[in-house]
Amino acid sequence: MRHSGYQIWLLTLSLAAATLGAIVYATGMGHIAVPASEIIRVIAARVTSNPALLAGIDPVFPFVVFDVRLPRILTSTLVGGGLAMSGVIYQGILLNPLADPYTLGVSSGAAFGAALALLANLTMMGHFSVPLFAFGGAALTLLVVLYLSSFNGQISANTLILSGVIVGAILAAGISFLKYLADEQVAVIIFWLMGSFASRTWLDVTVVAMAVVFGLGLSFFYARDLNILSLGSRSADTLGVESGRVRWILLLGASLVTAVCVSVSGIIGFIGLIVPHLMRFLVGPDNRKLLPVSILAGALLLLVADTVTRAVLPVEVPIGVLTALIGGPFFCVIFRKRQRRVA
Amino acid sequence: MSATSGFGLSGVSFDYGTTPALVDLDLCLPPGKFYGIVGPNGCGKTTFLDMLTGSKSPDRGSVTFMDRPVAEYRRRDLARLVALVPQDFGIDFAYTVQEVVLMGRHPYIGRFASPGAEDWRQVDAAMAAIGISHFKDRFVNELSGGEKQRVVVARALAQQTQFLLFDEATSSLDVQYTMQIFNVARNLVRGEGRTVIAVIHNLNLAAAYCDEIIFMQAGKVVACGPSDSVLESSMIKKVFGVESRVEVDDFSKTKQISFRYWS
Repeated sequence: MRHSGYQIWLLTLSLAAATLGAIVYATGMGHIAVPASEIIRVIAARVTSNPALLAGIDPVFPFVVFDVRLPRILTSTLVGGGLAMSGVIYQGILLNPLADPYTLGVSSGAAFGAALALLANLTMMGHFSVPLFAFGGAALTLLVVLYLSSFNGQISANTLILSGVIVGAILAAGISFLKYLADEQVAVIIFWLMGSFASRTWLDVTVVAMAVVFGLGLSFFYARDLNILSLGSRSADTLGVESGRVRWILLLGASLVTAVCVSVSGIIGFIGLIVPHLMRFLVGPDNRKLLPVSILAGALLLLVADTVTRAVLPVEVPIGVLTALIGGPFFCVIFRKRQRRVA
Repeated sequence: MSATSGFGLSGVSFDYGTTPALVDLDLCLPPGKFYGIVGPNGCGKTTFLDMLTGSKSPDRGSVTFMDRPVAEYRRRDLARLVALVPQDFGIDFAYTVQEVVLMGRHPYIGRFASPGAEDWRQVDAAMAAIGISHFKDRFVNELSGGEKQRVVVARALAQQTQFLLFDEATSSLDVQYTMQIFNVARNLVRGEGRTVIAVIHNLNLAAAYCDEIIFMQAGKVVACGPSDSVLESSMIKKVFGVESRVEVDDFSKTKQISFRYWS
């Protein structure tokens, strides 16, 4: 099933084209349908600051396209790509195909940090307060989970997931306590925790884009080292990789991307698990090929899922609920297959 | 390469928590020889190899390589001089055999560069030497334990280093493949003047292939010298606590050890 180099290029380009096409198509969908040609004209008018391009267009379209839909659509696209990228990194470093920001408890840690910042109304660093607190929560959670699952420097694959679940459960209790304290704000927090892209702004798009671009640079820079790390740190050391340093840089980088994603969208599970898994099946485990296709496929998947809840379903189902409903059973299948192989 | 430009260990100690793994080790390993490290399970052999590769740093004492502390080498530079064949090889991802052997060229390939003609030549030569070319396109996570071990040996050969370290590298292999790998190693020492340092459990194998044998016990070196002089039944009794008879075997023309399995 693994494709050749030429086919992988074709797959990468096709995914990029499909993502761009889906962005335009999804922007047109909703209560007010906007034709694709007019979407492109609205975007072109804004980008070139040329109001002449808007001639003959329904005056409500620019607002719907540019201020309401595009920020939400781009945020979901970037978050999907970011979560898939984090999944590839976690799975590569922890040598565990079951690792992703959600199963490791990192998403819950980020949510706890973000909820804390939201409730305490910490605004000392402006719009960056929530993402920074989310990163603090994510990084701390990762440290605790790694500490719990390691023995003599070795990390057991199943213990890792178990530790993620335990720490995730404690954090869930912590979040419940925060909700209890939140009083009348509780509805907002509950909806945010379930994961949602509603009412995203261009500021959200910018913050997530910055994190994803940072993660992208980092993961491409270390992609070949990440391949070597899949042989285990002892082998990687003797093949010229500073395994200790590279491992921490990538783990913290992936946690930062996860944290920023969670801080703008709430907890969206399993994207980081499903996407790298499927893509590895198609392009193989080489991270230089796996990263681009996973990021694009993650972006496309979450964009489609969000568009379905926004414009297709009669009632808007929180996106985090939808991905968990699809991703949960998928996780069970991989887990079962893996157990059979170990046995 | 001067006689002293191999590895030098001076007063090296290393502890796992409160458990000492290496205790005040002094040793000099000049290049161009086949060294065998023997000793009971848990006596510190693997930790000893980790000191040489720089994977672990000593708690006390110093390890030098080519008259420079190992810790001062950039990992990439050291990886062009010293290769390790580890004991275990667990990989959950579906890399092909050829891709894994190519990883041996990592220290030579630039971060964003592709493997060059020389890299592919070394990969092909390493796979041919170990006899794994016919399954180069199979996925490593689907191979048997013995096949995986041969892939790892080929990866270390592709690394083209002056020093090769084996950590029980043939533990999953049958006698045919064990001899194949040790013969390749022996030819590298005899023909190209390279150095092999191998942790070996099979004493007869050590007797047949090694120029020098290092006996370890409880983190210490208890004897080190040419196989002919140190490989004695009294030493085997001291280190392993078993009765044996050591004599030159007519058929193999090497020292061989017979054990009294029960009395």
